Amino acid sequence: MHRENRLVTINKLVKKFDISGGFLDQLKIENKKIVRKKTFVHAVNDVSFTVNKGEILSVVGESGCGKSTLARVVVGLYSPWSGEIFYKDKRIDNLDGSQMLSYRKKMQMIFQDPYASLNPRMTVKKTLEEPLRFHEPSISNSEIEEKVLYVMEQVGVNPKWADRYPHEFSGGQRQRVSIARALMVDPEFIVADEPISALDVSIQAQILNLLMDARDNFGLTYMLITHDLSVVEHISTRVCVMYLGTVCEIAPVRNIFSNPLHPYTQALLSAIPKPGVKKKEHIKLKGEVPTPIVLPTGCVFHTRCLYADERCRREIPKPLSYDNGESFVACHGVEEKRI
Amino acid sequence: MMEHLLEVNNLEVKFKLRTGELTAIDNVGFTLDKGERLGIVGESGAGKSVTGFSIINLISKPGYISGGEIMFEGKDLTRVSEDVLRHIRGNRISMIFQDPMMTLNPVFTIGEQMAETILAHKNISRKDALEISVEKLRQVHIPSPETRLNQYPHEFSGGMRQRIVIAISLLLDPAIIIADEPTTALDVTIQAEIMELLLELCEKNDTGMILITHDLGVVSQVTEKIAVMYAGRIVEIGSTENIVANPLHPYTKGLIKALPGSRGTGEKLYQIPGSMPNLTEMPKGCAFHPRCELAEGECFSKVPELIQRGNFRRLAACHKF
Ligand SMILES: Nc1ncnc2c1ncn2[C@@H]1O[C@H](COP(=O)(O)OP(=O)(O)O)[C@@H](O)[C@H]1O
Ligand SMILES: Nc1ncnc2c1ncn2[C@@H]1O[C@H](COP(=O)(O)OP(=O)(O)O)[C@@H](O)[C@H]1O
Ligand code: SF4
Ligand SMILES: [Mg+2]
Ligand SMILES: [Mg+2]
Repeated sequence: MHRENRLVTINKLVKKFDISGGFLDQLKIENKKIVRKKTFVHAVNDVSFTVNKGEILSVVGESGCGKSTLARVVVGLYSPWSGEIFYKDKRIDNLDGSQMLSYRKKMQMIFQDPYASLNPRMTVKKTLEEPLRFHEPSISNSEIEEKVLYVMEQVGVNPKWADRYPHEFSGGQRQRVSIARALMVDPEFIVADEPISALDVSIQAQILNLLMDARDNFGLTYMLITHDLSVVEHISTRVCVMYLGTVCEIAPVRNIFSNPLHPYTQALLSAIPKPGVKKKEHIKLKGEVPTPIVLPTGCVFHTRCLYADERCRREIPKPLSYDNGESFVACHGVEEKRI
Repeated sequence: MMEHLLEVNNLEVKFKLRTGELTAIDNVGFTLDKGERLGIVGESGAGKSVTGFSIINLISKPGYISGGEIMFEGKDLTRVSEDVLRHIRGNRISMIFQDPMMTLNPVFTIGEQMAETILAHKNISRKDALEISVEKLRQVHIPSPETRLNQYPHEFSGGMRQRIVIAISLLLDPAIIIADEPTTALDVTIQAEIMELLLELCEKNDTGMILITHDLGVVSQVTEKIAVMYAGRIVEIGSTENIVANPLHPYTKGLIKALPGSRGTGEKLYQIPGSMPNLTEMPKGCAFHPRCELAEGECFSKVPELIQRGNFRRLAACHKF
């Protein structure tokens, strides 16, 4: 893909959380000596990829694998431990608050829980006005009003309800309001973290359609986090599969679903129940996901992988890229052509 | 005609609220045979859990069973004493909840809890009870069950806890398991494992199952029969295969059409407009009419009966099928 198509690029991104507690909690006895030890959750480890303009890149993986952390680091809600983030060609992870402001506006986030992410004491109108006033202090009241009404119409919330409070809306309507809030500041890139998981089945299709419409009407690019693989298959252009803070595989949606290469992707996809399809054999993994506090050596997946060998236990697999770097898979077995 | 293992007729459940009485379950009926698996699907608030809970009379306070009968092994469970119910719960009909901690007690080891459950219903020694527990843990694929027996619930992952709950629910070889969203809180890979396990054990012991879920995918893999609930009533019931392939009720049709995957990739999905009414603001006539493309005439005034429609071997509550 051409350089000018890149919207957001992350390079060797690492995010750890220090969970050592106070000084005394950090003291441990080792070989009869007292040592001070820090404990970290390795939430995101050495993740690199590019999101291209106009695409919907879905990030999938089991809970706790670092999807939300990655999302928050990308939009600047968390600072990375190390690594780089670029917006188009501009490195943005090292910018200070005021320099970051214009990128904050371009990158908006939508959360799973529209109950928690909306201020219960603000009317819809106020909720929608606020980000615009913040990012464009010079804008006139009438322009704001016009924009609020326009965006409300776009997301299917009746403009007559502008003076209502979040609790007066259903879950689906609230999620529409949070999407509207993100759209108010003309973003280019939207990170949506499980935007439909909390919604009822009959409402999920409404919100997915809204997200697809918004992409067409506003020229948006998405990074979409969801655990629902049938949704992923339906709306993504590319899919990024994560396991224990690491990317196993990235590939166009068609390839991921028709020809998954990484053993973890294979197992994950074999587990999807589909209506009308009777009981299907799924690939059973060994054991359970290890904790992200002490990562396995070598390939992080080796403790559960049916193909793991000595090299897998020792050496971290490098991403093997193909399709001009649009796709890659990190697995020794695939590289050695034994999977 | 053969008698059913479980037969629910005209079940009605009400909640006493400050503002008056609310009918949460209205005229619900279905049957379950030995070893049969029934799925109850529908969106949240449709009445799935209340239906499941009423079978063993676990409805919590402001709620009560206000009508109908629940026939199980010759008894109407809406009329038996609390003692009889207690014996049936766990022993003949057991329940698995979405949150395994509804079943597990955090302050006792797994072994203590399992042994207690057995000893409450069976006259055997503690040692034998523990042996049965080990065996059941092995059946749900808990590695080294002898040592894990001495651990507390928090020492297990979410998926393992749910497997332990399954082991407990099977301890006394019940005739029916009611599983209320047993995998909703779990990841897809673990979800698949747990469903497979439940299915395997139910098949092996010829245990009947009522699987409550909002996930049509899960239901269609596991059950033989589906009841679709909407706003406190069953709107369609029949064989899973028929319903998934050829739904009759506009709501069921909508649910199936709206699934990603029923349209070409990237295309707009079919969407059912609006949302399910609050039970306190039930529309007149068919509760689905405000969202229904076909609504006309009687739909606005008369509640459609759940009856056989045309030559289809299933029941649907719709005036215009
Ligand atoms: N603020 C935090 N402090 C400590 N640990 C965290 C924090 N946020 C997330 N984690 C841990 O980081 C890992 C990744 O979490 P998360 O990004 O939320 O995963 P996902 O969204 O894929 O479920 C988990 O082990 C989680 O417990
Ligand atoms: N404790 C309660 N008090 C009042 N109403 C309740 C209570 N529990 C359930 N209900 C009513 O019963 C309806 C059905 O609830 P439930 O069976 O839990 O739905 P589902 O399991 O399908 O999501 C709810 O919409 C609610 O109106
Ligand atoms: S690198 Fe080895 S352990 Fe990791 S997924 Fe590939 S084969 Fe399995
Ligand atoms: Mg998350
Ligand atoms: Mg429920």
